Amino acid sequence: MTGNEAVARGAYEAGVSFASAYPGTPSTEILENVGTYREITAEWAPNEKVAMEAAIGASMAGVRSMAAMKHVGLNVAADPIFTFAYMGVSGGMVFVSADDPGMHSSQNEQDNRNYAKFMKIPMLEPSDSQEAKDMFRDAFDLSEKYDTPVMFRMTTRVCHSKSLVELGERREFAAIPYVKNRMKNDNVPAVARNLRVKMLERDRRLAAFTNDCPYNFAEYNGSKKIGIVTSGISYQYAKEVFGDSASYLKLGLTNPLPMDMIREFRSNVDTLYVIEELDPFMEEQIKAAGIDCVGKEKIPLVGELNPNIVRKALLDEDVPEISFNQNLIVDRPPTLCAGCPHRGFFYECAKRSDTVMVGDIGCYALGGSEPLNAKDMAICMGAAFSLAHGLSKAFLASGQDKTVVACMGDSTFFHTGINSLEEVVYNDSRVICCILDNRITGMTGHQENPGTGYTLQGEPATIMDIETIVRALGVERVRTVNPLRLNDMKEALDWAYREVHEGPVVLITRWPCVLKKLSTEDRREFRPVPSVCIVHHDQCIGCKKCLTTGCPALSFDKYERKVSIDALQCDGCTVCAQVCPKQAITKGAKRA
Amino acid sequence: MKRDDTKSVLLVGVGGQGTILASKILTAGLIAAGYDVKMSEVHGMSQRGGSVSTQVRYGTKVYSPIIGRGQADILVAFETMEAIRYLPDLKPGGKVVVNDYQMPSLPILSGEREYPDNILEELRDKADTLVLDAAAIARDNDNPKGMNVVLLGALIQSLGLQNIDWATALRSCVKSRFVDVNLRCLDAGMHASERMAV
Repeated sequence: MTGNEAVARGAYEAGVSFASAYPGTPSTEILENVGTYREITAEWAPNEKVAMEAAIGASMAGVRSMAAMKHVGLNVAADPIFTFAYMGVSGGMVFVSADDPGMHSSQNEQDNRNYAKFMKIPMLEPSDSQEAKDMFRDAFDLSEKYDTPVMFRMTTRVCHSKSLVELGERREFAAIPYVKNRMKNDNVPAVARNLRVKMLERDRRLAAFTNDCPYNFAEYNGSKKIGIVTSGISYQYAKEVFGDSASYLKLGLTNPLPMDMIREFRSNVDTLYVIEELDPFMEEQIKAAGIDCVGKEKIPLVGELNPNIVRKALLDEDVPEISFNQNLIVDRPPTLCAGCPHRGFFYECAKRSDTVMVGDIGCYALGGSEPLNAKDMAICMGAAFSLAHGLSKAFLASGQDKTVVACMGDSTFFHTGINSLEEVVYNDSRVICCILDNRITGMTGHQENPGTGYTLQGEPATIMDIETIVRALGVERVRTVNPLRLNDMKEALDWAYREVHEGPVVLITRWPCVLKKLSTEDRREFRPVPSVCIVHHDQCIGCKKCLTTGCPALSFDKYERKVSIDALQCDGCTVCAQVCPKQAITKGAKRA
Repeated sequence: MKRDDTKSVLLVGVGGQGTILASKILTAGLIAAGYDVKMSEVHGMSQRGGSVSTQVRYGTKVYSPIIGRGQADILVAFETMEAIRYLPDLKPGGKVVVNDYQMPSLPILSGEREYPDNILEELRDKADTLVLDAAAIARDNDNPKGMNVVLLGALIQSLGLQNIDWATALRSCVKSRFVDVNLRCLDAGMHASERMAV
């Protein structure tokens, strides 16, 4: 199983009762898999902070609970967990931070191991799926024994790699009966001051325990010339490169670090290497303890490691590669899918001058690429409207004549975009806020959200209507539009550009993601007819106007000077047909 | 412990071509045959029509789930240009199984670049290369979408793993109504490879 599946299995075996998460690569499949165990109440939360708080509440009620998120999600959830670290648990509580070294699908590669030290809570780091399952199960015992939440830190290669796992049985636990205890659970300053002292005392007990934790162990091989301290996926790379020619100190519980164990290991080897991805998290602490080691002088601080990088860094050995004609490679960047409803929105936005387009996190990040090139910036989930607010206020104050347009998806709006819109309304800025509602959480692979009307398990849920919410926040200028009808889209933007001088404007583009498995409600609302567009070559003048939509189903034959459409990819959205000046593209029925 | 028997297989293609399913079947078969197996895939943004790769490593004991550059024993490309993109990952002397199937990327679709026309020659020149028209083979076996399984068949043959119970592995990964057509594609892939390897 994958590391993510293994964590879900570990949760099941540990007797977890409650799980909450917000999707984010590489963590998404954890909750999706937890949701397949009927014994666990598993829910998508609107954002990571809410997921963490719900899991904390469940722990307080006396059951084992968990939350899962990607690394940047922990930034959102940091507020509750920092304080819960003071309070401690009733039922065991563990949360997953899935980091993304190499930024396969993220906006940064922050090393969240620093959080565990900052929060003074224990952290476990698995190296493969078997460890992910076993450690996650055992993390709950650790949590209850030391009265602390536990951070479970994974990385993309642990989350998304498959390896063999031996399964165990589920242990059931009766809930610990709830008893009101304000001195533990009501963190007013007077209480928190006491808890802070207790937390530091716990940290000392954990620092002693970590030297005896079975997930921290030395592996002495024949040679003691080279000793390697490592954890997580880096352990696999170290083993791959050094095999039996080195000895290892393999660490699973990496906060607090087992400094006695490291000191002893150091005394048994000639040279000590610390192999870790990203920050010198272990190395700095080891050096601060006065233990001599080699780490980031040789191992890169940036990106993922792999066996070749470790080999080059520590052994100075290059791996021979085949040399070939590099000119035969043409880039293949990710693109908005054929039929993507965001295409109509970005196509119409790209044409407008003196516009600053603020983006957000989701598929619509791709609206910034060529040929649409309709985005100036993006920073983090839900930030588009508040960023735009600051831009707009500053442009106005400094006499820069720009129209600020901001966009985010439906799930991002529910995540933290609502707060961002409150800022625009409350402090009255001149921003065109666009909510690209494609009826699903797209980029992470189609998770339900508060707007879709379904839960994680596909059970019906209350549908939160975005237009109603926006109006309830006090926005008077609101329109909902089908972004694939370019005239409507253009007209709505014209209206928004006029109206924004009077106050905040919200445009909601509403059309389902082309890859979405439509719900009954979607079918009723959107009435999809399978169709495909075709180019009539006798009418195509080869002007390439349609290609400016960036649709991957279109291709241009340089010699014939004609455009063609790949019927397999085309969804018949007709954006290209609407753009064509010669009406050379028409829509027909899709053949089965 | 010596790990000299670990083999590294790199499957590459374009998001949506079914590299992940092929790797799943491969992994299931290898596990049933008693190998230690690790497989690694990438999710998220790169899936949107971008270049994708799946890595499978198997042997007595496998550590790293990922393959460094110059370390793959065999490269299976579901799309022609992807073979050349990932050629630096192949070990000198390694094998290439390449689908003679072109999916132009955005710079080519827009006419800004042309699809390079001598990729197969370069591959043959630089590595032990097997070229397959998996689309035609899949069509001949009444399963136009079975290109990935045809390529899996050719991969299995190239690795000399044809004695593993692939039918069971395939059944565990695809819906029952697709099993028969896919088994035919798998078989056709294995034999295509056998014929052309001569």
